[in-house]
Amino acid sequence: MIARPQSNLLAATLAEQGTTILSVWSDRLKKSGALASGRIREAELQTQCRTVLDLLTPAVKDGVDAAQPAFAPLRDFLADLSRSRAVQGFTPSETATFVFSLKQPLFEAVSGTKGADPTDVMRTTWDVTQLVDALGLQTIETFQKSREETIIRQQREIAELSTPVVKLWDGVLALPLIGTLDSQRTQVVMENLLESIVSESAEIAIIDITGVPTVDTLTAQHLLKTVSAARLMGADCIISGIRPQIAQTMVHLGVELNVVSKATLADAFALALKRVGRTVVAVKARELPAS
Amino acid sequence: MDRIPILKLGSALLVTIQVDMHDRLATALQEDLTEKIVSARAKGVLIDISALEIVDSFIGRMLDHIAAISRMLDAETVVVGMRPAVAITLVELGLSLSGVKTALNVERGMDLIRRRLIETEAADGAGDE
Repeated sequence: MIARPQSNLLAATLAEQGTTILSVWSDRLKKSGALASGRIREAELQTQCRTVLDLLTPAVKDGVDAAQPAFAPLRDFLADLSRSRAVQGFTPSETATFVFSLKQPLFEAVSGTKGADPTDVMRTTWDVTQLVDALGLQTIETFQKSREETIIRQQREIAELSTPVVKLWDGVLALPLIGTLDSQRTQVVMENLLESIVSESAEIAIIDITGVPTVDTLTAQHLLKTVSAARLMGADCIISGIRPQIAQTMVHLGVELNVVSKATLADAFALALKRVGRTVVAVKARELPAS
Repeated sequence: MDRIPILKLGSALLVTIQVDMHDRLATALQEDLTEKIVSARAKGVLIDISALEIVDSFIGRMLDHIAAISRMLDAETVVVGMRPAVAITLVELGLSLSGVKTALNVERGMDLIRRRLIETEAADGAGDE
């Protein structure tokens, strides 16, 4: 954008009436309930307002295009601000209001400039609108982006947390599955299980699906894939924890799991111990240590 | 053309694949193994693929074929030492090698063959009486 003389009206207004604009702006913010949530202190809000104005004043000297390099420090500051607000739990409109509420004090200051050409005032008002809109939109975008980052991070953590491989006995592994089994998670589960089969030199893996809310044809296919892969590595799989309703649904759907399945993890473990040549027996009464 | 060595261990044959399998090598192995099973009167075939990082559908099918052939010649095939990545690839390719027995390592594979020998001997003995 070409630097037009009317930009200088804005620059001049900001330089001359900076203090007034600041106080009007922070008053408006306070009235609109920016402090009501208690997430931010008054002094902090004041500092943020002052920093925005301090960065805005030199930036508007050469034009009002928010994409210009002159606005870089202001853009960075607003990005930081919205990121920290996203973490603090502000709503998107609260964050946007912070920037958009700058409009009115600026309009008032521009129109109140003595001896200004009315056309000039009009143009400057329009420029201010565009500038503040651009800055506000950018703030929202950063806000959204940082929220998305949080969601992605949490998804990854959930995926990692929910696929532990537990060693039950020498050569016996258990894989308690919790949550919906989609193809992406199946991949993670499969890799974890196969790596553990190698490292623990396991013969039997028990896949417990007590925590899987629904089993449809796709989930069943994923389970069977995992079982086949484990078999290729030389380990047998037992599926346990199929809930009564799920068993009914699976039969109605025509899903068949052609693998050994047991109702509970305990049953599966008993079978696994039997296969590795071990058994659990009750200690005889006389062998119990006297207590 | 280099060939994959086939070692005789008692009544079992041990094949350790150390090099990358290309298709012609695989075909040659299949032929050699078939002849060796007959000539050595082997009851078990152990194929160690722990060094193989890539197993494509051709090699996968070849393993299936070897298993079917040796079953016809009264020998059991055990594939041992498959890597996790290879197992996942084969499953994704839709090859579950359902006709092949598997074991984690050579030792376990040997146990499997030995157990099978004892079982068949016992069954044969029972049949004689």
